[in-house]
Amino acid sequence: MRVNFTVNGRKQEADDVWEGESLLYVLRERMGLPGSKNACEQGECGSCTVRLDGVPVCSCLVAAGQVEGREVVTVEGLADYAAHRADSHPGGGCASGSCGTSIDAAKRWTAHGSESPRAQDGQTGEAGGLSPIQQAFIDAGAVQCGFCTPGLLVAADELLERNSEPSDADIREALSGNLCRCTGYEKILDAVRLAAARQEEAV
Amino acid sequence: MAQKTRTTPAGTPTNVTQNHTKGGIGESTLRPDGTLKVTGEFAYSSDMWHEDMLWGQTLRSTVAHALIENIDISEAVAMPGVYAVLTYDDLPAKMKNYGLEIQDTPVLANGRVRHHGEPVALVAADHPETARRAAAKIKIDYKELPLVTDEASATAPDAPLIHEGRDDHHAGHVPHPNIVHRQPIIRGNVEEARKRADVIVEGEYTFGMQDQAFLGPESGLAVPAEDGGVDLYVATQWLHSDLQQIAPVLGLPPEKVRMTLSGVGGAFGGREDISMQIHACLLALRTGKPVKIVYNRFESFFGHVHRHPAKLHYEHGATKDGKITHMKCRIVLDGGAYASASPAVVGNASSLSVGPYVIDDVDIEAIALYTNNPPCGAMRGFGAVQACFAYEAQMDKLAAKLGMDPVEFRQLNAMEQGTIMPTGQVVDSPAPVAELLRRVKARPMPPEQQWLAAGEAADVRALPGGLSNTTHGEGVVRGVGYAVGIKNVGFSEGFDDYSTARVRLEVINGEAVAMVHTAMAEVGQGGVTVHAQIARTELGVTQVTIHPADTQVGSAGSTSASRQTYMTGGAVKNTCEAVRAKALEIGRRKFGSYHPAWATAELLLEGGKVVTDGGEVLADLADVLEGEEIDVELEFRHRPTQAFDLVTGQGNGHVQYTFAAHRAVVEVDTELGLVKVVELATAQDVGKALNMLSVVGQIQGGTTQGLGVAVMEEIIVDPKTAKVRNPSFTDYLIPTILDTPTIPVDVLELADPNAPYGLRGLGEAPTLSSTPAVLAAIRNATGLELTKTPVRPEHLTGTGV
Ligand code: FES
Ligand code: FES
Repeated sequence: MRVNFTVNGRKQEADDVWEGESLLYVLRERMGLPGSKNACEQGECGSCTVRLDGVPVCSCLVAAGQVEGREVVTVEGLADYAAHRADSHPGGGCASGSCGTSIDAAKRWTAHGSESPRAQDGQTGEAGGLSPIQQAFIDAGAVQCGFCTPGLLVAADELLERNSEPSDADIREALSGNLCRCTGYEKILDAVRLAAARQEEAV
Repeated sequence: MAQKTRTTPAGTPTNVTQNHTKGGIGESTLRPDGTLKVTGEFAYSSDMWHEDMLWGQTLRSTVAHALIENIDISEAVAMPGVYAVLTYDDLPAKMKNYGLEIQDTPVLANGRVRHHGEPVALVAADHPETARRAAAKIKIDYKELPLVTDEASATAPDAPLIHEGRDDHHAGHVPHPNIVHRQPIIRGNVEEARKRADVIVEGEYTFGMQDQAFLGPESGLAVPAEDGGVDLYVATQWLHSDLQQIAPVLGLPPEKVRMTLSGVGGAFGGREDISMQIHACLLALRTGKPVKIVYNRFESFFGHVHRHPAKLHYEHGATKDGKITHMKCRIVLDGGAYASASPAVVGNASSLSVGPYVIDDVDIEAIALYTNNPPCGAMRGFGAVQACFAYEAQMDKLAAKLGMDPVEFRQLNAMEQGTIMPTGQVVDSPAPVAELLRRVKARPMPPEQQWLAAGEAADVRALPGGLSNTTHGEGVVRGVGYAVGIKNVGFSEGFDDYSTARVRLEVINGEAVAMVHTAMAEVGQGGVTVHAQIARTELGVTQVTIHPADTQVGSAGSTSASRQTYMTGGAVKNTCEAVRAKALEIGRRKFGSYHPAWATAELLLEGGKVVTDGGEVLADLADVLEGEEIDVELEFRHRPTQAFDLVTGQGNGHVQYTFAAHRAVVEVDTELGLVKVVELATAQDVGKALNMLSVVGQIQGGTTQGLGVAVMEEIIVDPKTAKVRNPSFTDYLIPTILDTPTIPVDVLELADPNAPYGLRGLGEAPTLSSTPAVLAAIRNATGLELTKTPVRPEHLTGTGV
């Protein structure tokens, strides 16, 4: 079958798609977008997380045919997507009104004594063209092997879109569908706190 | 199922960028591959793509022990889209087995399978689903054989032999051919020492089979070459070890198998052994087309060796003033159907079985079995993990029996620099065991009843059971537990452990630039970051390029045993020193006549300049190098080690020791048997932190893997069929962000005078003590004995065994 859908803002057409193929397979093997990862193909690890019409989904569990006419954002399009969101909704916002992490608190995490002095050494923000959450993952040391990273970034970005000042419990809840085997998650928490604090600061 | 409309083929890995150009050693420089990893551009082995490529699929045995009476591939071969179906008969070379130390593992089963999931046949097809369906059409007639599944069935006099006619170098001294290796260690006189004991405690402990569960499944791409050789892009821990095993079974000289590391999604020991490497090459050479193999999670559980499950029996005695008198232990590791790293795991389990304590009189025995269970081999902590679980439980038991505080009791018996190990080896660098314990103990406790912190209704997310909303705090009790462990760094027992680095220094666009080329597998640990830091420090340049790891340079050894920063870091350091000496030689030749300091002063490279130790600038490095290029390749070796004596276990077997301590705080819902780990504080001596950000990341990651074993992780092998019952992330649980507590890290830097920069390998130690600390905390909360990993609800509620 043929499937037409939008990926990262561009119209795409995939031909000869077998009806059993997942969205993950089509993205990786047909669209040349291998950023979404295949770690379980069972909906258990979150490595393949993409946004489908804005909703985070495990693309390994979505049949390719289900995306006909819909919009998909993958990690490859995350920076653009975040930039676009910042343009149309400057500052984002706190949906619940009872948001958790203050800028001071986040600064304490990023400046954990000797653990992460790079906030002072001018290495932050240098890559350009990254979304705040991508930059924060690099800066906080939340990337080791990085296999979990694309899925975590998509999920974390969606969290920050919904809730610009998430508490630790909120972050844990939002990322509980994403497994990471390398980091022990602490630096992933740091990264989300850091991105939230930087967004706050930018308002 | 026609294939590709794909537009951007991914080819050779391009796995580092040069965005991060700051930072020598000691600075928390950011990863050079970080940007690629957060944008999805980093090329993992499963992302490799080649025009016209085929997909490989393995067919694996559905039974654990059987003769293969017939294989019928006719239907599979006839399927449209199928290019090749291979079985044992198609193997091209005389050599048909491989293995890390003992070549006992068949590339494809030769008339007999010895464990559930053993590879039997291979398929290459133009779509992964076609390959899967074709593999499913291969018919195999099995005649099942009796199973060997534990020590009793393996060592019975009439036990079926897993490997008949063994002729490996361990065969001659093992008490039974179903024992891979046995290492006793005898020191002092246990029977005499025992008489001095006022209390004696015994314990029988069971450690479950853990999986590395790296997130990026086994995968790679083999591309046939015009010279009849093959180019292999693959995720592995040791390119050259793979090469040594791959080339002979392909019937190719090693230079015709060219390996390049592609992006590795974690390893933790699970990529030390060959998985899909040979299979992909065989299919590529047979079909003449590039072949990619990507395991799914199910297959990944069969595609690599696991952590040895173990039964450990310990006896300790102590005097009433708290001094340990003696220790006796017997450790039985289940190595499964093939040897893999079992002999070395036995060496570690025995030599580290005493823990970081001073015990002069010991009687130790460790063995690994051949069984029909899944093969076990390397995993983070490598034999030291199982022992630590048991000896730390024993320490708590002894302390309790003596009415002493468990931390003070440990501190009283803690080893230190100068202590003699049970192998007779003197610990000749800092061993701050008591101090590490002091630090985790001194840390403020996390607040009680955190679920009430909001002051309103209980936040169930902070309670055992979490969002399942199983309790609002009633029946929840807190417990605190401590543990400390000792791990060796690097390859031991006389192994010729070395690493190679090539460093080139040249002028590009008017600037001196260094290129570092090693075969080190970057598996996420951050070696690429540290190599650039070392080169910047030693050569005083800003720009450092990390060449992709491949077999065009000498071996870097394995990314395991906490050895890579020590070994390949050491190689980069030494090679840079040689490059620096050459640069200064060129400088003397070119500019020596201009300034006497060229001949007389101690010269350094700093900030792109040649400077004297007094800080006087003599020349720009770029001017020195103009028209010249320095290119050096050197090997680095640590000091030699010795094999352990096969009878007494004596010998200077280890290079370096490393230590970590944990304090676990848990909350247990005693009604439902659910555990919430609230905090896992850790302290570790790293000798010298080359990159603190990475150091802390490693410690937290290792700690979490230990937590997993404590409360959830286990591959369950049916004892009646030896089949794996939970090969999926639905059924094999690893900690999520909800299961993982905060992990405050306290890092000590007591330099090891024998190591490069004084550093201490660090990746494994946190995995050791994390598990027993959590177990101790759960015991402390519940009063239960708990001698098995993982602790399951039924163990806490008394509804199971
Ligand atoms: S690959 Fe989709 S959730 Fe794991
Ligand atoms: S799985 Fe490796 S960084 Fe998360």
